[in-house]
Amino acid sequence: MENRKGKTILIVDDEPNIVVAVEFLMEKEGYNIRKCYDGQSALASINEVVPDLILLDVMMPGMDGFEVAKKIRENQDWENLKIIFLTAKGTREDKMKGYANGGEIYLTKPFDNDNLVIAVNEAIEFG
Amino acid sequence: MHPSLLIFASIFYVAILFLVAYWAERRAKKGKSLVNNPYIYALSLAVYCTAWTYYGNVGRAATSGWGFLPIFLGPTIIAPLWMIVLKKIIIISKSQRINSIADFISSRYGKSIWLGVLATLISVFGIIPYISIQLKAIASTFDILISHSSHFNNFSHGPIYQDTALYIAIALVVFTVLFGTRHLDANERHEGLVAAIAFESVFKLVAFLTAGIFITFILHNGVGDIFEKASDLPIMEKLYDLEASGINGGTWFFLMVLSMMAIMFLPRQFHVSVVENTNSDFLKKASWLFPLYLFLINLFVLPIALSGLIQYPEGLVNPDTFVLSIPLDAGKDYLALFVALGGFSAATSMVIMAVIALSIMISNNLVLPLLIRSQTITNPYVFDVSKRLLGIRRVSIILVVLLAYGYFKSVGQGYTLVSIGLISFTAVAQFAPVILGGIFWKRGTKAGAFIGLSLGFLIWAFTLPLPTLAETGVIDDSFITNGIFGISILKPYALFGLEGFDHISHAVLWSLSLNFFGYYFGSLFSRQDPVEITQADYFVNVYKYRVSSQDFEVLRKKARISDLRNLTNRFLGEKRLETLFAVFEEKHGLKISELNIAPPELVNYIETNLAGSIGAASAKVIINSIAKEDPISLEEMFRVLEQTQEVIKYSKQLELKSAELEATTLQLKIANHKLKELDQLKAEFITTVTHELRTPITSIKSLGKILQTNPDLSETKKGEYLEIIVTESERLSRLVNQVLDLEKIQASDKDADGFEDIPFSELVRRSFLNLKQLMTDRNIRPGCRIMDAGMIIRGNYDQLTQVVVNLISNAIKFCPPVEGIIEVTLAVEGDNCVLKVSDNGVGIPPDQQEKIFEKFTQVSNQELGKPAGSGLGLFITKRIIENHKGSIEVSSRVNFGTTFKIILPLLKKESISFGEA
Repeated sequence: MENRKGKTILIVDDEPNIVVAVEFLMEKEGYNIRKCYDGQSALASINEVVPDLILLDVMMPGMDGFEVAKKIRENQDWENLKIIFLTAKGTREDKMKGYANGGEIYLTKPFDNDNLVIAVNEAIEFG
Repeated sequence: MHPSLLIFASIFYVAILFLVAYWAERRAKKGKSLVNNPYIYALSLAVYCTAWTYYGNVGRAATSGWGFLPIFLGPTIIAPLWMIVLKKIIIISKSQRINSIADFISSRYGKSIWLGVLATLISVFGIIPYISIQLKAIASTFDILISHSSHFNNFSHGPIYQDTALYIAIALVVFTVLFGTRHLDANERHEGLVAAIAFESVFKLVAFLTAGIFITFILHNGVGDIFEKASDLPIMEKLYDLEASGINGGTWFFLMVLSMMAIMFLPRQFHVSVVENTNSDFLKKASWLFPLYLFLINLFVLPIALSGLIQYPEGLVNPDTFVLSIPLDAGKDYLALFVALGGFSAATSMVIMAVIALSIMISNNLVLPLLIRSQTITNPYVFDVSKRLLGIRRVSIILVVLLAYGYFKSVGQGYTLVSIGLISFTAVAQFAPVILGGIFWKRGTKAGAFIGLSLGFLIWAFTLPLPTLAETGVIDDSFITNGIFGISILKPYALFGLEGFDHISHAVLWSLSLNFFGYYFGSLFSRQDPVEITQADYFVNVYKYRVSSQDFEVLRKKARISDLRNLTNRFLGEKRLETLFAVFEEKHGLKISELNIAPPELVNYIETNLAGSIGAASAKVIINSIAKEDPISLEEMFRVLEQTQEVIKYSKQLELKSAELEATTLQLKIANHKLKELDQLKAEFITTVTHELRTPITSIKSLGKILQTNPDLSETKKGEYLEIIVTESERLSRLVNQVLDLEKIQASDKDADGFEDIPFSELVRRSFLNLKQLMTDRNIRPGCRIMDAGMIIRGNYDQLTQVVVNLISNAIKFCPPVEGIIEVTLAVEGDNCVLKVSDNGVGIPPDQQEKIFEKFTQVSNQELGKPAGSGLGLFITKRIIENHKGSIEVSSRVNFGTTFKIILPLLKKESISFGEA
């Protein structure tokens, strides 16, 4: 529980209403929250403040989530940044792509609130 | 001229003929056939030119001017048609092993024995006078040479052993027997004979041209000279005035028709052109080579005739002998001898071929059927057929020549060559209806053929040969003037009161027309038996049978192998039997010795080959004596025939189909490609739709759960979350509706039902007003300008309303929160109405302008998040517009705004009213 304090989570999704829900769940767990609504601004945000974990949507206007993950993994400074994909794209190919691009966990929408929280907590604590 | 010189020359000439024939047969045995080419074939057709041509033409020209021509114009005119008529006859005859014209007729009409007999009788009676005039020509020319007397009729008054014609007849019999009946051939082909005939054709042409050149250019100074010298003769009048020559259009017409038939249906012509033919393609060359031959051999006819008339103005010399008398009187004995040999060759070639053709008919269509009927032939202990057949042939030859000699002695001397020749022509012309009908008209029946032929034959006999017998004193001649039995309408030269025609035209008119009508109506009022039906079908559709390479056999005859073997052995001999069986075994891959009962295929095969030797009718009877025929009903017959036709049709269609198939395969490939694309699209569609469904569900579910599990939430939060849930739920139901709409539109692609005349201006105005309040609420300044109030278009009211509302709603969505402007304009441009909806919103980047009309594309709006929408709106709009034969386009500048422009065709009411002005 201790080491959750001060951990920062970046939520990236082009659907503001989903961001609202995720933000509530994460804040309740005690994380610091940053929000972005597309890939480009997400990278800019990381450049500013490197979060501990990123909850990343895939289908977004402009740069998609896979690309964002790839960019993150290309940067040595961000190697401790955990990536959890949170997306409506649920096929096996999409998941493979997600892992290949450096994601630690791949969750599909609509997600179960508890499962999301557990996954994030585990990634933060044991990742 | 000393007789021994003439005899020596004749024997020498015949010896050359023997050599040519012998050489050709040797070559044929070695497989290097001499006659297997179109030139020899065309020359053999020139057997048409007999002593009649050689001597009689000049005689005819001397008495009637141009009157000699129609007999040669007829064949020349019909030659191009050989490829249609003669080719078909050849192909039928080859596949059915037909070897005479009587056999052809008999085969076509159910292998009828009696038709074969009738056709043989017509041929024999028709041709014997013709043969006799050849004997007459040879005999009289020889007498002229020997006595050097130009008087034609004073020979043969001595005792019979001094009779030239008799010796000539005997010599011809010997030659014909030697080369015509050496063996019993399956196809009745005689290469040696054909080679000899071709040689004779060359010889007679050269001899006649030599005489012509001598008379025209040596005795006189060319054609012009002759015409000048002859200008005072009465014949000249006839040359310049056809009416004066007594030859009217009708006579020419009948003579040409006669000769057209004769060139194909004279037994000897049928024999050389069909039976001896080795390749039906030869007809192509022959159809112009043969007319060329006719042209050459007629070239000097008129000059020689005029020259004779100039030289013998008193009329003491028979014009038929001009070609011989002129050189003789000019003291050119050797030239005269050469010319006489030319005439000899013309006569002998005709006699040999005619006699062969007749002997085949007599043995196969007359004698054999009679023997078969008397049962002697089917008894193996009484009759060894294979040896006897040749004997029958030989006897027939002798008989025919003797009959011709007898006719010559009793009747023939009183008539010119031409008049007797035409009597024969008229006889064989009787074959025309049954043969031509037989190969082009399936309905022609045995009974019809019999009635037609009999009528024609009777009329012919009554109107032509009978009066000649009377006029020469053989029978009482009172019936010629009084009519037979004193009945005045039965006068042979004025039958049924028809007068004003010459004898030949009169006879042709009556015999051929009654023959034709007898055949036609006889066929219409009689039925065909099963054999007739198969044969008729084969003859008429022979090309189809060949195309489908179908075995031609419908009757299922079975026989014991031992019977079949015995029978074949007796008729064809041991050697042919073994060859035939071996060929059959090879083809069908079975051992005949292992069989007890011969299959129908084998029985038919033997029958066809037997037919080649003894004629179709005889072969049928003989085979039937040992074969059991599975009973076959007429109905079954028709069924089998129909199936055959079907198969033939099918095989023809197959070719067509395979081409079609290739095309179809290509189309299928294209279609398959499209389907795959569609499939891909569908998969993408489903993925996209599910994604779009998941998004609102995600928020609803997650926030719902939050509300459920966090009862201590602040009221503001609760309110906020609940509102999101409601919004997303709305989004969700909108999406579902739109998917349903999409489905509707795609279905309505198929028909334009539900279309009506729509007052479009009214529709736009109403839609705009409906949304006006919403725009004002969002601080948007709405503008609507409708330039023309009466716009009518044809379309679906609801769909078009949806389009307009959708476009305005889009504009509202993209308008900036403050100072938004929306401008709707509607105007007529040409035949279209144009609707523009403009906003001053964020605009669409150029690279996305194309994509916005695709499904689920939305323009990103990074700052504001996305406006609510499914991404289906513009796609649906586009589909609807296209459904109305209109178009939609977008123009936009980022940060300045977007304009959507819809073009729809106007209903052209105005153009009608303007049409009057």
